[in-house]
Amino acid sequence: MKLLTCPVNGPRNITEFQYLGPVRAASADEPEQLIDALFYAENPLGVMREWWRHTPSNTMLIAERHTVSDQILATYLPNRKPA
Amino acid sequence: MPFSLLKYGLRSRHVPFRDIPPTPDLKRSYDVVIIGGGGHGLAAAYYLSNVHGIRNVAVLEKGYLAGGNTARNTTTIRSNYMTEESVRFYKEGVELFETMSRDLGFNVMFSQRGQLTLAHSEATLRSFHLRAEMGKHMGTRIEVVDVQTVKELCPHLNLDLGGQHEVMGGLWHADGGTARHDAVAWGYARHAGARGVEIHQRTEVIGFEQAGDRVTHVRTNRGTIAAGQVLQAVGGLNGQVAAMAGIRLPIRCFPLQAMVTQPLKPFLDILVSSANLHTYLVQSSRGEIVIGGGSDPYQLASTRSTLDQKEHLAEGALHLFPFLHKVKLLRQWAGITDMTPDYSPIMGASPLRNYWLDCGWGTWGFKATPVAGKRMAETIATGRVPDVLKPFDLSRFDSFALLNEMGATAASH
Ligand SMILES: Cc1cc2nc3c(=O)[nH]c(=O)nc-3n(C[C@H](O)[C@H](O)[C@H](O)COP(=O)(O)OP(=O)(O)OC[C@H]3O[C@@H](n4cnc5c(N)ncnc54)[C@H](O)[C@@H]3O)c2cc1C
Repeated sequence: MKLLTCPVNGPRNITEFQYLGPVRAASADEPEQLIDALFYAENPLGVMREWWRHTPSNTMLIAERHTVSDQILATYLPNRKPA
Repeated sequence: MPFSLLKYGLRSRHVPFRDIPPTPDLKRSYDVVIIGGGGHGLAAAYYLSNVHGIRNVAVLEKGYLAGGNTARNTTTIRSNYMTEESVRFYKEGVELFETMSRDLGFNVMFSQRGQLTLAHSEATLRSFHLRAEMGKHMGTRIEVVDVQTVKELCPHLNLDLGGQHEVMGGLWHADGGTARHDAVAWGYARHAGARGVEIHQRTEVIGFEQAGDRVTHVRTNRGTIAAGQVLQAVGGLNGQVAAMAGIRLPIRCFPLQAMVTQPLKPFLDILVSSANLHTYLVQSSRGEIVIGGGSDPYQLASTRSTLDQKEHLAEGALHLFPFLHKVKLLRQWAGITDMTPDYSPIMGASPLRNYWLDCGWGTWGFKATPVAGKRMAETIATGRVPDVLKPFDLSRFDSFALLNEMGATAASH
């Protein structure tokens, strides 16, 4: 069983979470960045910041995860990145 | 065929032949450099050398021949897609498989046994009607069938009448089939090699040299070579290799997992998939039950398997065929797939003038091996993208001309 730590509920089975994709550098609110935001998502071989949702509590969070080793390095609430 | 086999058998001295020529030293330059020695790269090499007479070709493969997704797929070949553009393209692919063993003089064990996708709801059945009508319109053998027909096609199936996943009917695609994936790659490699194409195993592309909008040189771990034209077909690493050429692709990597059971007596003579259970099964010629399903739930570029996905596949398989419950798994594995936003490949031109793309094959590219190879070779040889490939151009994302095939992919292989 793989664990992911919800900043509100603590470590939980990763099956309790929904993956919502990478935090994208582009913004859909900027017309010239619309295509980037829609189709050109981040796909690094390395650490990626991404959105997750803890489904039972509907908590939205950000995880930093390595896309090759699958190691989760940090999870935090949006705008509350630990120092 | 039978005569030559008899002659071969009666000959006292068997001369073993090498299918694939040994890796030579790299030359200084090639007319065409193909990056990626998977099925797609090798098929393109075959068509370039055998059909277009372009022989000064190097296939560069960082690992061993066809050891990427070509070695990992579950070999489903079909053309029951949703859009007209896709059906036209994949239909040509199925037709090339029909004559492949004869064309290559190499048994690729193509078995056109038909594919059945199960519907467990009225809504799914309605979407199947759309696919069937599109398929018929394009001339493929495809129809929506009722439960009675499902039973006849697959007598051992658990219909779960009155249950949560009751089978309400299915999409029957008589043209669907399977082939031996390795043999497809070896067959192409052998013929391309015989025409002078150099196949360089353990040769990794690590960068490019460019002048204006052209690639002039390809840098590898074994030295730098000049290239007239370049074709990129690197499976799960397409996003990364394109980035080295300064090309951005709308690709994200997801693992796709599969497994096989111990061999059993033949009981399943069609391919069967379930839209609800995200599972599909086929019995191989060795009797093993090959089980595949949907992609992993989050982005990852690792070929490690996970217990969750394997349990999920087992659950689906047991639901459809409960009597498999004591059967042992023999092998299980994963491949990295290059997923595009519209579940369709990217083929044709790139922003660079002599650099061609055959990528974004995600979970569905084995069936396209011959047709992609044939059409990409034609593109490179003539410098013109044929009509059948035009809808798959990279520029479709800029113009919102997407080819959404989501409902026809992943678990419904
Ligand atoms: C589990 C699984 C099941 C699947 N099932 C099906 C199915 O049933 N039907 C179907 O149609 N498709 C299926 N697919 C998809 C199919 O396998 C692929 O789309 C197809 O094999 C792609 O072929 P390819 O030649 O483009 O890539 P590959 O076979 O992956 O070949 C690419 C090659 O490029 C090489 N390479 C990478 N980087 C470099 C570099 N820098 N330099 C040199 N070489 C490099 C790799 O080593 C690799 O050998 C499945 C995939 C998986 C993982």
